[in-house]
Amino acid sequence: MESSEIFSQRSNNGLNLKATELRLGLPGSESPERDNDLLEEKNAYSLCMLNSLFSGAKRGFSDAIDMRKSSNQQGSVAKDQTNPLNEKKKSQISGSAAKEQVVGWPPIRSFRKNSMATQSQKNDNDDVEAKSGCLYVKVSMDGAPYLRKVDLKIFGTYKELSSALEKMFSCFTISQFGSHGVFGQGNVCESRLMDFLHGSEYVLTYEDKDGDWMLVGDVPWKMFIDSCKRLRIMKSFEAIGLAPRAMEKCKSRN
Amino acid sequence: MQQQQKVAALSYSFPEEVLEHVFSFIDSTKDRGSISLVCKSWYEIERWCRRRVFVGNCYAITPAMVIKRFPKVRSITLKGKPHFADFNLVPEGWGGYVCPWIKAMAVAFPCLEEIKLKRMVISDDCLDLIAKSFKNFKVLVLISCEGFTTDGLASIAANCRNLRELDLRESEVEDICGHWLSHFPDSYTSLVSLNISCLANEVNFPALERLVSRCPNMHTLRLNRAAPLDKLANLLRGAPQLVELGTGAYTSEMRPEVFTNLAAAFSGCKQMKGLSGFWDVLPSYLPAVYPVCSRLTSLNLSYATIQSPDLIKLVGQCQSLQRLWVLDYIEDAGLDMLAASCKDLRELRVFPSDPFGLEANVALTEQGLVSVSEGCPKLHSVLYFCRQMTNAALNTIARNRPNMTRFRLCIIEPRTPDYLTLQSLDSGFGAIVEHCKDLQRLSLSGLLTDRVFEHIGTYAKKLEMLSVAFAGDSDLGLHHVLSGCDNLRKLEIRDCPFGDKALLANAAKLETMRSLWMSSCSVSYGACKLLGQKLPRLNVEVIDERGPPNLRPDSNPVEKLYIYRTISGPRLDMPGYVWTMEDDSAYLE
Repeated sequence: MESSEIFSQRSNNGLNLKATELRLGLPGSESPERDNDLLEEKNAYSLCMLNSLFSGAKRGFSDAIDMRKSSNQQGSVAKDQTNPLNEKKKSQISGSAAKEQVVGWPPIRSFRKNSMATQSQKNDNDDVEAKSGCLYVKVSMDGAPYLRKVDLKIFGTYKELSSALEKMFSCFTISQFGSHGVFGQGNVCESRLMDFLHGSEYVLTYEDKDGDWMLVGDVPWKMFIDSCKRLRIMKSFEAIGLAPRAMEKCKSRN
Repeated sequence: MQQQQKVAALSYSFPEEVLEHVFSFIDSTKDRGSISLVCKSWYEIERWCRRRVFVGNCYAITPAMVIKRFPKVRSITLKGKPHFADFNLVPEGWGGYVCPWIKAMAVAFPCLEEIKLKRMVISDDCLDLIAKSFKNFKVLVLISCEGFTTDGLASIAANCRNLRELDLRESEVEDICGHWLSHFPDSYTSLVSLNISCLANEVNFPALERLVSRCPNMHTLRLNRAAPLDKLANLLRGAPQLVELGTGAYTSEMRPEVFTNLAAAFSGCKQMKGLSGFWDVLPSYLPAVYPVCSRLTSLNLSYATIQSPDLIKLVGQCQSLQRLWVLDYIEDAGLDMLAASCKDLRELRVFPSDPFGLEANVALTEQGLVSVSEGCPKLHSVLYFCRQMTNAALNTIARNRPNMTRFRLCIIEPRTPDYLTLQSLDSGFGAIVEHCKDLQRLSLSGLLTDRVFEHIGTYAKKLEMLSVAFAGDSDLGLHHVLSGCDNLRKLEIRDCPFGDKALLANAAKLETMRSLWMSSCSVSYGACKLLGQKLPRLNVEVIDERGPPNLRPDSNPVEKLYIYRTISGPRLDMPGYVWTMEDDSAYLE
């Protein structure tokens, strides 16, 4: 199992893709609880292309991974009303006294939440975890037709973030969309898989408070969520220029 | 035969011009709709002179249909995303694009003066198109919209010579450059209302000052948080006629001249009726607004993180207050004072200062709301976040305020029971709907069984919008609401054990409503398909980020469901995680 330390191991020459290797949160790995009752039958989506998306390694179709219900900010299906409807992210990982967060509850508009979040950060840094409930940033993926938003506060480590992002953007690898929204036929699905297997690799980058684009994983998690304004899943060849700047920035900080 | 002749005689007894003149006094969409139903000739006359169109769901009708029926529209209001999008329940890219509307109207309505959008996506190109297509454009209101940048605003500023109102309330604007304001030409003097409170960065303040001082009819100005307090006095001096003001961050280094200047400037604002803003309040600066307090009818302190004593001092001076938005820092003590001092209060909203904390951080309970309900006879609109409630309190509130029209209670922890009896809050909310016969909007919270829905179905006959979360036991709950609430237009439900039965049994009801949202419930894919098949005038949209729903069994519940009535068929701009259930047998394979 990877720990977040791996992300800070970086070679000085060019990209170190292995260090940014984002793995799927496989069942049983260090990942939040999932509600296993949700799917009546386990679907064998061939999600091997997800690995090639983020790690640059080509995997075979045999690496079929069960597609689990995304357990983060997009909400959950209530099969069992007596259990908390959201996985225990914060209390498990960070050990803080902050409440489990259910998406969209209490019903407070994003504008207000974000205003209050920055206010409490200014006033009282100790209770930032508890008070500022969420921090939504936009995530774009090169080639994807639309953006997503993710709440950085519900993750405790880079690994959690990357698992969630993989799931979130996996729908782009399965042909179910098009402007008409009608499900594509099976063979179209397959050809999409082929594209990604032979296509380019991706890396995860973010725009920080200064407006610079950095590779995700350089800095300690807390520092990252404080400075991250938006995320971008970028084709790796485009990210080549980033690493040296990221290194310089790190050095100038120290 | 004779009856028909009589009706015909009546219709033709007035020339068209006279009818048109009479119709011109009728502005409400509802009344206009009624007029158009009287007879064919009235329909015709009415449609040619309708100036304002309200489209509650942009996907219920196409731009072409609107244009065809109402060729002379001057003002259009469009709403896009479902309400729960405000709480991040609708994933990005869902839709609500205004572009097709703007493109069509640019050609068809050259005289268009007003565009008001809520929860829609508008691009800079669209803003540019608006700026250049409508020569007499006057009003642009973008509430909770997104997709544009300050470059788009620059285009509006540069080209709309007759612009009167620019309101960007709570929109997400990519703030590229604060100089967009400078694009208003020096000759431009017609601004009446400007709301830039959502902008993240500083605007060019000198440009703003010049703009404000050369627009003599400036009535409403809402600054953003980045607007510095020490420059506010000067701004106000340039516009003493302001009626509504939103400050920026209400804090500054403690310098006596800043305070005295500010107090003097406020003293000069004899027309001021409404205040908002107040981010990052430094309490010692609050007395600067005292000169205007007695005239204030509207006060929004919902971003002001100041404690109860300071709030009490301030609000205690505002005896004319009709609307108060405040954080729960006001506490029960502050609400007691409000009940005693502000007898004209009509609307109260109390927001949580620490919604994600585990325990109460303030002494605000159900008692505060009870006090206000007792002391303020005109109170009819409430939004209240708290952590505890009792049936007794709700009962008292209901009996005190039978004139309540909007009641939204949010008990922060889902499924919280009556803390005294540990029972559900069914009877409390039951009392609300029973006594408040004109209730139009209701949001529920706390521990609730199917019984509360039985009460709602029985009594809430005027209810138009209902929001439900973490409530109910079975389909019976949903059935009560759908079968009993005659005037229901919008129903939004999350995390409730409602499934197929109630929905299918009341399918016809759905065509009488604007929309239904259900997320994290138990509605199966099969039921969605059936609804989509059987009700062609509904769009049944399944939102499911797990992938195509037909890869899972029909009995599998969908993540989210959005059903709305429409005469324009399924929409074509859906993202990959939204499927419309169509009446298409090939698709159902």
